[in-house]
Amino acid sequence: MAFDKMELRDIEVWDGNFAAAQALRQCQIDVVAAYPITPSTPIVEGYAKFLADGYVEGEFVMVESEHAAMSGCIGAAAAGGRVATATSSQGFALMVETLYQASGMRLPIVLNVVNRALAAPLNVNGDHSDMYLGRDSGWIQLDAYCPQDAYDLNFIAFKVSEDHEVRLPCMVHQDGFMTSHTAQGVKTLTDDQGYGFVGEYKPMNDMLDFEHPVTHGVQTEEDWHFEHKARQHNDLMTKVFPKIEAAFDAFEKLSGRKYNIVEKYDMDDADVSVVCMGTSVETAREVATEMRAKGIKAGVVGLRVIRPFPFMQIQEVLKDVKAIAVLDRSSPNGAPGMLFNEIAGCLFNTDTKALLSGYVYGLGGRDLTKKHLVDLFTELQANVDAGKILTPLQQFIGVRGPKLSFL
Amino acid sequence: MLEIRWHSRAGQGAVTGAKGLADVISTTGKHVQAFAFYGSAKRGAAMTAYNRVNDQMIMNHEKYMEPDFVFVIDPALVYTSDVTINHKENTVYIITTHMSTQELVASQPKLADKKVYTVDCIKIAQETIGKPIPNTPMLGAFMKVSKMYDIEFFKESMVRILGKLPQKIIDANMIAIQRAYDEVK
Repeated sequence: MAFDKMELRDIEVWDGNFAAAQALRQCQIDVVAAYPITPSTPIVEGYAKFLADGYVEGEFVMVESEHAAMSGCIGAAAAGGRVATATSSQGFALMVETLYQASGMRLPIVLNVVNRALAAPLNVNGDHSDMYLGRDSGWIQLDAYCPQDAYDLNFIAFKVSEDHEVRLPCMVHQDGFMTSHTAQGVKTLTDDQGYGFVGEYKPMNDMLDFEHPVTHGVQTEEDWHFEHKARQHNDLMTKVFPKIEAAFDAFEKLSGRKYNIVEKYDMDDADVSVVCMGTSVETAREVATEMRAKGIKAGVVGLRVIRPFPFMQIQEVLKDVKAIAVLDRSSPNGAPGMLFNEIAGCLFNTDTKALLSGYVYGLGGRDLTKKHLVDLFTELQANVDAGKILTPLQQFIGVRGPKLSFL
Repeated sequence: MLEIRWHSRAGQGAVTGAKGLADVISTTGKHVQAFAFYGSAKRGAAMTAYNRVNDQMIMNHEKYMEPDFVFVIDPALVYTSDVTINHKENTVYIITTHMSTQELVASQPKLADKKVYTVDCIKIAQETIGKPIPNTPMLGAFMKVSKMYDIEFFKESMVRILGKLPQKIIDANMIAIQRAYDEVK
């Protein structure tokens, strides 16, 4: 190989951004086309430095916008390269048009999305507004809760995304600042282990394969458009989960770290449960353990895979729970939260009598404290004791002023 | 769980200091977390950074903290920020100042009845490193006050962490750490 290997310690103290950049280096990305935006910038900066220092063989393409960044990634992926980039917030919003192109063209690009609020008002901190904006774009979406996850899930993302039966792009989400700029211990893979896990990239229908000419980015009107979209949806619904499970299993064999499509903590006998995403999952786990010491049987469910949505797995894990709080870190702007609606949809045709309530929290990086979660679990237990929901269905956590609630 | 809050100005190296400390502690088998409050902060703006240390995996991601130690690495922040916010009864303060501990407490009544140590990290940094970057001296002072690690072990670890800097700067940092260790009161 024409590049240098890097000696890593078994545990490095990395923030989520650097962890993701190191994973991109170890996967030996051919092309990164990028435009910087806080808080994701250090990921592509990191790749660029590794490239300049001779640790990667690849191309860094500097472009004039995030729309151009994803367009460059699409071109490079269609040509047959292993491709990745990173963005956040407004940059992600500017990419939206091209996100649909990438997934519709079945290009296995990996996009690190460092979750950040959407303006206005302008805010650089972490919430899930951008992540929610991508949920219908036909990409696979994986969610990291800490820097270790951000590192590991990049390897998983390439493994699943590049599988010839999948060939769909994949986002790896991490919470802006709370993961991206928080340094924690990260257990590393050696360069050979990391690259060995994803393997050499084998493109399919690549434009540089002149023996087999193909057309990308075609127009189909009512004659074929629906069939293409239906096939893409079918593949997301039926082909992705088995590949993710296989990748999780293989990764566990390699690293000892086990990921699950739906992460369950203390759920076997839980009466009350919080369902959430991102760093909140870990904080809620810690609080659930403390609630158990107080006699409340608390559990936590975290989504590791957001798209495709793990409908059946969620049904299974929540079937015996008595009261559920669903936490949305994005303003629904005139509706129940997305996650609330998804969970309600999962449970509707089942026998569950669970009391389901929704909470909007943490917008623009507002802290979700352990005290908030203690109050939340206590409120759920009160619902269980009363046999009905004692509060409105939608409440806000941690917002100043009079208590806000709806429905 | 050991929790530390840094009061600093953007550009004084609190984030680097917090991450460096986390790195050293991590090598001894403990779990660490280092983070900061960012915003549209400009160089010179007051900011805070944080460390958590524990024997178990740290899962708490809340920003709220009742610190065991408060590091103040800019002398004026004692008056312009509330460095005692969310304090505990036994919170220990290490504050950079040219004043004696007694003079400092007299000038900021909020520090009365608190466990306060002082050291002039700014002066030490200027005289050793040549720049008013008070982060590494603060860690030297912390080693003395907390007795966390032997100072020689800590300095050896910091040599590795500062590895990419020119040797002259690394050497100056080692002197700064030792001086703060010796001078903190």
